[in-house]
Amino acid sequence: MKKMVVVMMIMMVMVMVSEASMIEQTCKETPDFNLCVSLLDSDPRGSSADTSGLALILVDKIKGLATKTLKEINSLYKKRPELKQALDECSRRYKTILKADVPEAIEAISKGVPKFGEDGVIDAGVEAAVCEGEFKGKSPLTSLTKSMQKVSNVTRAIVRMLL
Amino acid sequence: MASSDALLPISAREEDPLLSAGSRSDPNAETHRRRRPVKGLLAVSFGLLFIAFYVVLIATHDGSSRSNDVKIESDETATTTSRARLAGVSEKSNGQLWKLSGERNTVSFAWNNSVLSWQRTAFHFQPEQNWMNDPNGPLFYKGWYHFFYQYNPNAAVWGDIVWGHAVSKDLIHWVHLPIAMVADQWYDANGVWTGSATFLDDGSLVMLYTGSTDKSVQVQNLAYPEDLNDPLLLKWVKYSGNPVLVPPPGILPKDFRDPTTAWKTSDGKWRITIGSKINKTGISLVYDTIDFKTYEKHDTLLHKVPNTGMWECVDFYPVSKTAVNGLDTSVNGPNVKHIVKASMDDTRFDHYAVGTYFDSNGTWIPDDPTIDVGMSASLRYDYGKFYASKTFYDQNKGRRILWSWIGESDSEAADVQKGWSSLQGIPRTVVLDTKTGKNLVQWPVEEIKSLRLSSKQFDMEVGPGSVVPVDVDSAAQLDIEAEFEINKESLDKILGDASVLAEAEEFSCQKSGGASVRGALGPFGFSVLADKSLSEQTPVYFYVAKGKDSKLKTFFCTDTSRSTFANDVVKPIYGSSVPVLKGEKLTMRILVDHSIVEGFAQAGRTCISSRVYPTKAIYGAAKLFVFNNAIDATITASFKVWQMNSAFIHPYSEEAVRALSST
Repeated sequence: MKKMVVVMMIMMVMVMVSEASMIEQTCKETPDFNLCVSLLDSDPRGSSADTSGLALILVDKIKGLATKTLKEINSLYKKRPELKQALDECSRRYKTILKADVPEAIEAISKGVPKFGEDGVIDAGVEAAVCEGEFKGKSPLTSLTKSMQKVSNVTRAIVRMLL
Repeated sequence: MASSDALLPISAREEDPLLSAGSRSDPNAETHRRRRPVKGLLAVSFGLLFIAFYVVLIATHDGSSRSNDVKIESDETATTTSRARLAGVSEKSNGQLWKLSGERNTVSFAWNNSVLSWQRTAFHFQPEQNWMNDPNGPLFYKGWYHFFYQYNPNAAVWGDIVWGHAVSKDLIHWVHLPIAMVADQWYDANGVWTGSATFLDDGSLVMLYTGSTDKSVQVQNLAYPEDLNDPLLLKWVKYSGNPVLVPPPGILPKDFRDPTTAWKTSDGKWRITIGSKINKTGISLVYDTIDFKTYEKHDTLLHKVPNTGMWECVDFYPVSKTAVNGLDTSVNGPNVKHIVKASMDDTRFDHYAVGTYFDSNGTWIPDDPTIDVGMSASLRYDYGKFYASKTFYDQNKGRRILWSWIGESDSEAADVQKGWSSLQGIPRTVVLDTKTGKNLVQWPVEEIKSLRLSSKQFDMEVGPGSVVPVDVDSAAQLDIEAEFEINKESLDKILGDASVLAEAEEFSCQKSGGASVRGALGPFGFSVLADKSLSEQTPVYFYVAKGKDSKLKTFFCTDTSRSTFANDVVKPIYGSSVPVLKGEKLTMRILVDHSIVEGFAQAGRTCISSRVYPTKAIYGAAKLFVFNNAIDATITASFKVWQMNSAFIHPYSEEAVRALSST
């Protein structure tokens, strides 16, 4: 009897180890597994979310990252006044992410017309890339804009699963 | 104990499976201390748990296989603004990363109001501001063409959707009317979405539309005009018993939208179809009704095609096999074929197929199953930016008219800055191509000719490798009709020359490099919205390719890759092959209207709508060129270019309505 229970326990452990979580399975289908997992795992809503919920968590990360980048842009006006023109364009682009892309994505994903969410998420990456390009190779925002593009790509992949 | 309860806490501890597995073993140690009879029970329950875990394992693996369809390229750093070609992400579903187009330069273009305001069209339907998408419920009633559309009254991106409304006498000159329907009921609180109109036997009409409920469930609702004596149909009433249809068993609450116009069955009932999906199979559900309030769902589908994803904006209608007039949606008979069309959510392409409808059971089969609706090779109304299209029967002139949503290809920041987003294509008549019998042909409605102002006729020979300016004054609002012929000598020489390799089998507009790549027999056509130095240009052209059997295959393409210096714009090369029958010359029509270019080849066998956003080739600097980029062949071009007037689409006012009424 004891042996049977032990054997069963071992088999159960094996089954559990081989069964990847919803987050891991979803993130496997995105261009950046590690980034995807770290963003979703770190969020308390991640463990019980369905695909739609995971997408919304990532849109929230896009929102947070855009807010953070805008703060940085604003602080750069004083530190790097010579970059004003580029900073103005970046400010416009990042405000678009916050005021247009994010609300569009949230509404579309929650209401079950994910294609508009995909458009909003793709655009967040576009706006970040355009902002980066404004500095002609000497950007003070590179790590932030690169992050936005990466998060946008991962989010897009998950939104596409809803189509 | 219920095995599903046991599953939840365990899967939540998945972050470190090894650690959680170890900790799970502790409670099991207790079994050693229990009395013997209980052990048997415990063994059985562990056994059940064990089986349950396997079931979950299999279930989750099945779930994840859905997403294997999406192919994602690995993440390459996007900081290099090298010569990486822009991947037209919105137009493809292959998941390629969008990259800044760095071919021309690495300087970003900052939009200014002068450049942006030029983009607004002169004769295409668009609201005064903000976002528009799908055409809704187009119809003709008491002397007016009505057009409704998905509209966001608050922003230049999708959201807060209501039904916009406008009327016209001729499908070209419009007056905007007040919003027809807003999201004011629980059953459409989250969106008044797409729908279609049906005329009843007594001449009255009903509208069926999708509502997104306060719980975001997609349902179908009935609405009708408040006052049938009002030719402007300003006010609409929603049926008190809404919703009339909710997602049926087996259909997810967010996969049930866009009801069609109804058609009469042979036993006098009305029948509609609604697109949906089951897993990755696109389907179209069928319902019969007598009063549009209660429905019987068919057990069978109108049609389905595996691996095509969600079918949005399904359209279903008859076309005559022999005549060139349109048919009322209820027409059936031996002289008729039926078209099934769907908008593919996965790819943003509209596809259709020609087939046979069986009224007895409400099913349809395609004439050619290899190009069934939604398959990658299946026919499209338009090979460019063109989605959510919808036809209606125009009983005024006996035609079937096609509307379509033409979205933007620029960034949302530009849309927000310019304050608007999206157009409708020029309405087109749709008929079966009586010469081929296998495809539709579309053509801009005749009424657009009323916008033609002055014209100039040109007849010229264009030698290989030449670009010729066309002297037409202003070049942002044009209607061009052209005929091309490849010089017979050149053609014979090239067909006979074995060293000229066959390329028709490999050629595609999208993948063969665009208009700057020279071939034996093409490309040749027009470069529109080009500046004097051709630093910005949009070629619309034919490419004739020799096939392995020495036969010729003709392609019709629009190349937007050099349309603008702006780098936050998607710039694809669009197009497809076009059937050219024996004895036919190559003909092309192009409508240029600021930021939209619509091309029609062989009288509408292949059509391409594209959006372009030049930064230099605007206002007086926009020019027209005819070009022949073939290596050896000479072409003759015979064409007429009209200046096009504005359609003066008016904001709502009684004077504007009166002014239009008298036309």
